[in-house]
Amino acid sequence: MHYFSYIDVGVSSLPSAMSSLSQGGLEALRLIAGADPKLVQIVSLSLQVSLSAVAVACLAGLPLGAAIAVSRFHGRRALIVALNASMGLPPVVVGLLVYLMLSRAGPLGELGLLFTPAAMVVAQAILITPIIAALSRQVIEDAWMEYREQLHSLGETRLGAAVTLLWDLRFSLVTIVLAGFGRAAAEVGAVMIVGGNIDGVTRVMTTAIALETSKGDLPLALGLGMVLLVIVFSLNAAAYLVNETAQRRYG
Amino acid sequence: MNYTQELGPPRSLLPLELEGVSFSAGARLIIDDVSVRLDAGRRTVIVGPNGAGKSVLLRLCHGLLSPTHGTIRWNSPEAPGTARRQAMVFQRPVLLRRSALANVLYALQVAGVSRNHRQQRAREALLKVGLDGLRAHPARVLSGGEQQRLALARAWALRPEVLFLDEPTASLDPGAAQEIEAIIAAMHGAGTKILMVTHSLGQARRMADEILFLHQGRLIERASAERFFKHPRSLEAAQFLEGELPW
Repeated sequence: MHYFSYIDVGVSSLPSAMSSLSQGGLEALRLIAGADPKLVQIVSLSLQVSLSAVAVACLAGLPLGAAIAVSRFHGRRALIVALNASMGLPPVVVGLLVYLMLSRAGPLGELGLLFTPAAMVVAQAILITPIIAALSRQVIEDAWMEYREQLHSLGETRLGAAVTLLWDLRFSLVTIVLAGFGRAAAEVGAVMIVGGNIDGVTRVMTTAIALETSKGDLPLALGLGMVLLVIVFSLNAAAYLVNETAQRRYG
Repeated sequence: MNYTQELGPPRSLLPLELEGVSFSAGARLIIDDVSVRLDAGRRTVIVGPNGAGKSVLLRLCHGLLSPTHGTIRWNSPEAPGTARRQAMVFQRPVLLRRSALANVLYALQVAGVSRNHRQQRAREALLKVGLDGLRAHPARVLSGGEQQRLALARAWALRPEVLFLDEPTASLDPGAAQEIEAIIAAMHGAGTKILMVTHSLGQARRMADEILFLHQGRLIERASAERFFKHPRSLEAAQFLEGELPW
């Protein structure tokens, strides 16, 4: 697996950590301020991959969560336990499984997706669908307890109720979706394995940080790290504000 | 399918007949062999001590619960998948996170009312409960009394034949409760059968034409309101009235 080979490179050439932090930090800010093309390219690919993964995970996870929340069937509790457990899927394991599926000898090898952004989207979507499904199931089920009699009284079907609940809980669900995005964007193991960290093709923030750090190119690593932190922080701040405002306006 | 029946005026839901209806949750028997026939017109109020099964009986009638034993029969049952001809207002109104108007529109939409009629019917209902001025407000930030009036408007817009009410004023102050009672009276005046549960005997006196007295899941007594409050026939009802009445 050639894409792991960089790990052994250059670790001994690291300058003293403290001075490199300040120097590297300045250089990193310069890269960000100057919109360094390499940095911009990596950040934008990261966003594209993770946003696509979130979109896919929402399309699958939100209806799944709502469906489980409003229905009663055999094995429901087992399914919920399994779903909750899969929130903690180790990214490298997911990456490995997707790799095996997509590798040339694998069942989906003919698609030729391995080492493409599409493969990374698949891996991240698999990682965060359980998160979105499990968390939304919890939120929707709590609300369902409150709404059930009223919606039944109005003659609403279960499908209709699920749709109504998804819309009524939209503000709480935004937080869940952003949690999913945060996990996708910050994850390194799965995209490393299925994307291959190919420069200009499948190199995203996390894999680039890992690589640049081991190569000793701290400014780029630090710059990317800062961007990643800012993205994660501002998303969470946005989620908080959306919820806060909605709470005040809609109760 | 019987088209002639569909084209003619729909047959009334009422009377509603309960025959030997029991309901148990686990080992606990909550409703014990209740048989009663409820006719159109009169306002029927269910009273009884806490835990008598009043709310459960109401839910059984409305179809939110299914009886463990016995049958519940409407004169002309609602066909599955068609609009409901009965509505229920709960102690705590459950409103959606949208405007007051949108809450009523939603109920009309579920009931299958065509899009171009919904707006008018919703506005009419809001006017009747005095909420038209607040129609654009998010429903969940209205006051408790306004929320309950909105729940009544939502029910009224559906033009139900029967309205079930489960302690509709229990969490409201006296002023708001009075408004709710007035709206219920107006709905009754417009031809809707009222079946209400209350723990307030004052309210039962004001609102009831007839009383169903429930005790430990059994229907002990059924009488006109006047008679029930003056001369309860059963010992349980007499004790209940003595214990509960403030005078």
